[in-house]
Amino acid sequence: MIGIEHYIIVSSILFVLGVLGIFANRKNIIVILMSIELILLSVNLNLVAFSAFLGDLVGQVFAMFVLTVAAGEAAIGLAILVIYFRGRGTIAVDSVDRLKG
Amino acid sequence: MDYAASFYFTGAEIALSLAGLVLLLVVAWTGERTARAVTIAAVAALFGAAFWAGHLLLDQSFALGADAFGGLYRMDGFANFAKLLIYLATIAVLIVTPRFFDARGQYRGEYPILMLFNAVGMSMMVSAVDLMTLYIGLELSSLSSYVLASFLRNDMRSSEAGLKYFILGALASGIILYGMSLVYGFAGSTQYERIRLVFAEDFPTGALFGVVFVLAGLAFKIAAVPFHMWTPDVYEGAPTPVTAFFASAPKVAAVAMLMRMALDPFGSQSDAWQQIVIFAALASIVVGALGAIGQNNLKRVLAYSSINNVGFILIGLATATPAGASATLVYLAIYVPMTIGSFTALLMLRAPTGEPLETFDDIRGLSTRRPVLALCVLVLMFSLAGIPPLFGFWGKFVVFQAAVQADLVALAAIGIAASVIGAFYYLKFIKVMFFDEPEGQLETSSPVSHWAVLVISAVLMSPLGYLLTPMLGDVADQAAGSLFFAI
Repeated sequence: MIGIEHYIIVSSILFVLGVLGIFANRKNIIVILMSIELILLSVNLNLVAFSAFLGDLVGQVFAMFVLTVAAGEAAIGLAILVIYFRGRGTIAVDSVDRLKG
Repeated sequence: MDYAASFYFTGAEIALSLAGLVLLLVVAWTGERTARAVTIAAVAALFGAAFWAGHLLLDQSFALGADAFGGLYRMDGFANFAKLLIYLATIAVLIVTPRFFDARGQYRGEYPILMLFNAVGMSMMVSAVDLMTLYIGLELSSLSSYVLASFLRNDMRSSEAGLKYFILGALASGIILYGMSLVYGFAGSTQYERIRLVFAEDFPTGALFGVVFVLAGLAFKIAAVPFHMWTPDVYEGAPTPVTAFFASAPKVAAVAMLMRMALDPFGSQSDAWQQIVIFAALASIVVGALGAIGQNNLKRVLAYSSINNVGFILIGLATATPAGASATLVYLAIYVPMTIGSFTALLMLRAPTGEPLETFDDIRGLSTRRPVLALCVLVLMFSLAGIPPLFGFWGKFVVFQAAVQADLVALAAIGIAASVIGAFYYLKFIKVMFFDEPEGQLETSSPVSHWAVLVISAVLMSPLGYLLTPMLGDVADQAAGSLFFAI
């Protein structure tokens, strides 16, 4: 029998993978965008699982909002990435080092 | 649900949203020719919204606040106080912006529209009493901020700042959201009121995780240590008016949101978050004071100064008392003109070619070449350092007073010690401006709009500001009272 705790474990694994994907990845900024999506999806899994478990619809409505905002976020992230690529000609994570001090 | 009352309470947000949508069409239709006119219209809309928020703030029949849209949204003195500050800060930034971009020929009509939507998002953040409303407000504000940070499309530093801000901001939103999903799961509701009732009886470990995640994400949004590392980079890279905006309005909104969150749904578990807030406050004060010392770029120095100020703001929250909340609001009200004034002074420093100047070397001997500007910077820097005759001292004083009353004497003592260290780099401004020999070329005239904002903020920060203390104190007390009334 699959219970609520299984869902929470899967979503926490996804969340940790997403966070590691942001910090451990040194290659490509697109991978960071994918990791951010992974984090948001782990949240959605949590929300929907809790919603079913509690018999409360609010969690599913919340998941809809998160999906919508995630789409907007990805669009803006890619737009900024395009500007950045135009200027620098690379999207390697290590190249993001103009600003420091 | 009473829609008429709901629309009345949310009048400012609705007006700003409509203004933003209409102006967006205007810009899409007419192109860049109307950028100036759209800016003026946006300022007018924000003045209207500020007037509405002020009107609701002073209306005694709503002194204790009221719910709108079936408990998704709360209109009270606290929210209106924060909104008033947010709108005024946005207006000031919009007034100084066009002349900055003019020199680079990149001013476009999207700018005021993004500011309007950002203002709507921030208003939703401070008024939200439901996790969903909060999330939508937060994202509306954050997403427009990412675009604003990378607004100078041809400037590599600006696009890099936007990229950094986007990645770390999206991560913070994800962390907040994960915390919210846990809070929802363990409380069974997204409404603050229900969460408070459930957590008062039963507070499982999973819910504690949720609270910690939410606080960590919010600490990122207000740039509190240990989630501050993005601040100097983003503040340096973003166009200066946008930096002025980031340091003022979104900070007010995020602090107000954090206060409502900590005191309302998690209010019954203040032991759980108080230690975190105390740690963040202390670490921010110390890192903000020490980090700025080796910096040469003035925007980076002001970024560390804003981290430092967030620490003082968090001291007020750490007390978890109405006096502390009121002190935080007073501090915010003083901090906003102080920081906008400082960045406006920075905007006015430019080479005769129009290139912005932003290092300590560029302000050498400023007092001989631009005495009035140097005098205004002197007032603002002494005020940021909290030196007594100036108004900035009052903010620090009320915060420390609240901390001592709440038995957080050690916190107040370390805060005072660190603000003495922090005075070092504020005094460095004075030393460089007044006692060093001038070098390099400096534009000696500035637009009227910049002067207006700078002089108003400098006058507010001068000892004349103390004339406002009785009124400011009363309004802040009432606003903090309305926050605690709901609890």
